[in-house]
Amino acid sequence: MVKQWLIILAALVFPGAALAAGGYPVYPDDEIKVDWDDKAAMQRGARTYMNYCMGCHSLHYSRYNRVGADLGISDDMMRDNLIFTTDINGERTKVGALMTNNMSAAYGEEAFGVVPPDLSLVARSRGTHWLYNFLRGFYVDEERPFGVNNGVFSNVGMPHVLVELQGLQKANYETVTDSAGNESQKIVGFEQVKAGSMTADEYDRAIYDLVAFLDYVAEPYKQTRKNVGTGVIIFLLCFLVLAYALKREYWKDVH
Amino acid sequence: MSDKQTTGFVGWMDERFPLTKLWEDHMAKYYAPKNFNFWYYFGALSLVVLVIQIVTGIFLTMHYKPDGDLAFASVEHIMRDVDWGWLLRYMHSTGASFFFVVVYLHMFRALMYGSYQKPRELIWIFGMFIFVALMAEAFMGYLLPWGQMSYWGAQVIISLFGAIPIVGEDLTVWIRGDFVIGDATLNRFFALHVVAVPIVLLLLVVLHIIALHEVGSNNPDGVEIKKNKDENGVPLDGIPFHPYYTVKDIFGLTVFLIIFSAVVFFMPEMGGYFLEHANFVPADPFKTPEHIAPVWYFTPFYAILRAIPDKLMGVLAMFGAIAVLFFLPWIDRGKVRSVRYRSTSHKLLLAMFIVSFLVLGYLGALPSTPARTLAAQVFTAGYFGFFIGLWWISKNENTKPVPERVTW
Repeated sequence: MVKQWLIILAALVFPGAALAAGGYPVYPDDEIKVDWDDKAAMQRGARTYMNYCMGCHSLHYSRYNRVGADLGISDDMMRDNLIFTTDINGERTKVGALMTNNMSAAYGEEAFGVVPPDLSLVARSRGTHWLYNFLRGFYVDEERPFGVNNGVFSNVGMPHVLVELQGLQKANYETVTDSAGNESQKIVGFEQVKAGSMTADEYDRAIYDLVAFLDYVAEPYKQTRKNVGTGVIIFLLCFLVLAYALKREYWKDVH
Repeated sequence: MSDKQTTGFVGWMDERFPLTKLWEDHMAKYYAPKNFNFWYYFGALSLVVLVIQIVTGIFLTMHYKPDGDLAFASVEHIMRDVDWGWLLRYMHSTGASFFFVVVYLHMFRALMYGSYQKPRELIWIFGMFIFVALMAEAFMGYLLPWGQMSYWGAQVIISLFGAIPIVGEDLTVWIRGDFVIGDATLNRFFALHVVAVPIVLLLLVVLHIIALHEVGSNNPDGVEIKKNKDENGVPLDGIPFHPYYTVKDIFGLTVFLIIFSAVVFFMPEMGGYFLEHANFVPADPFKTPEHIAPVWYFTPFYAILRAIPDKLMGVLAMFGAIAVLFFLPWIDRGKVRSVRYRSTSHKLLLAMFIVSFLVLGYLGALPSTPARTLAAQVFTAGYFGFFIGLWWISKNENTKPVPERVTW
């Protein structure tokens, strides 16, 4: 009975412990903090996205010119450098259009086993921490159809699209034994086996930029929201002083 | 009606409509106890939240599309392409959670000060109907964004009705309008969320306030202020609602709006509790999320449901947890209203109830494990134990003397 109570107590105090025990270990697991003011990073992220991701993953709740207006990219520059898709008539996608791509669901399913999801909101559903590590988590695994696996999203159906930037890395394992005596393999590090065009630091920076862009796309009005909010709260604080003074004045004759 | 004859436009109105009479009965000559404390803000605040929900809801309806293929995208359209759409949506989603915050605090006030006791049983019952309507409103509203958690949350809750013997399965099909949650469900939930339930809610709020103004407000001492009146029939401890409580509520409202704005503008997801992360993925009938959790305001009741191993018994316990509240005015057989003058055992029971409710709410948000289920069972017993204990102790309770007049 006492033991049961202790378990209850432990479960209440450490809700995360039970979750962590049921989850699988992920690697890498590095922290990221996106700077919402760093528009240059978001612009570089947009460039990476349009060149490497957009073919499969649309951003179809967002519009090209909205991205341009928010990140300081002119319509012409957007048209000339960042729009690679065509519309339903086969013409270059208009700058005011939603950021769709031309991959059909049927083709996506045939090629990858699952339809590559739209990523407009991925930074809100998965979070920036997950994205940052997922995009840095590809490693060589000959048993997978595309020759790579992922330390964050095991057996993901996606090839390592950024291989020309990052190159290839292989995973180093360690055998861990859990409390029940079961042995399992855990990734403890990556080792470069083929060089890419970027150094490891450059690649991390490029992924940070890409995640910053996706974080922006998931909630493009985030800066406006904070700015308006600051004004609203300052107004309310001033109003609070007046409201309190008014209340005190009226309540003089009650007390 | 005022003794003084009104003239001019108001006089013209008063001959045709009880304008001055209504104003005086409900505001200028409605005498409320002068000793209202912090807990008495939440009635007025819930009215404000209701208005916020209705106004933002009207504008959201102008841009939202209740269609399985378009709903999710139309919400993102509101967030991105509609001017100030993100503000409307965040106010509405945050407002839903704050509605429950203020209503739960409002109900706790009634528990503390015995505001449900004679002669205020009907106020309490109308209030309970408001609570039930509010839960229905929130549940159906949560389906509308058509995200994964909208879909699977609704799937779990509607399938509960399948536990009812004989008619259960047919009933779930009747509710959904389909064999699974689908476009038909979305459309009917939209109709109920924007038309039917709000009308019922508004009517109930009117009834709640009429009943309140008929018998007068309770207060933290639980003293009946109408027992001591001056020569004009005005309660000695009463002050006109307007201007005293209108100016006081403006102050309370401003504090509330500061907190509300902090959430709307700086943390609209509230760490995944007000807007769940999985709800940023469009509804997919073929992919069940790893962990389905209802929004925080339903989690105490969800924890009770999961605590009971048998599905039907669990459903009955969950609905019973709400139903038992309706009978509170008769479960409590005590004559003393306020916790200030009631027995220590009553204080302990009330504390047990609040702790149980909060812990159940916490457990209901987490995936279940054997230890957590056991904890949920213990605290479910604590929840229902409050009502049994209250019935038991309130018959011959060892209370303190209640003052004749209100104290501060």
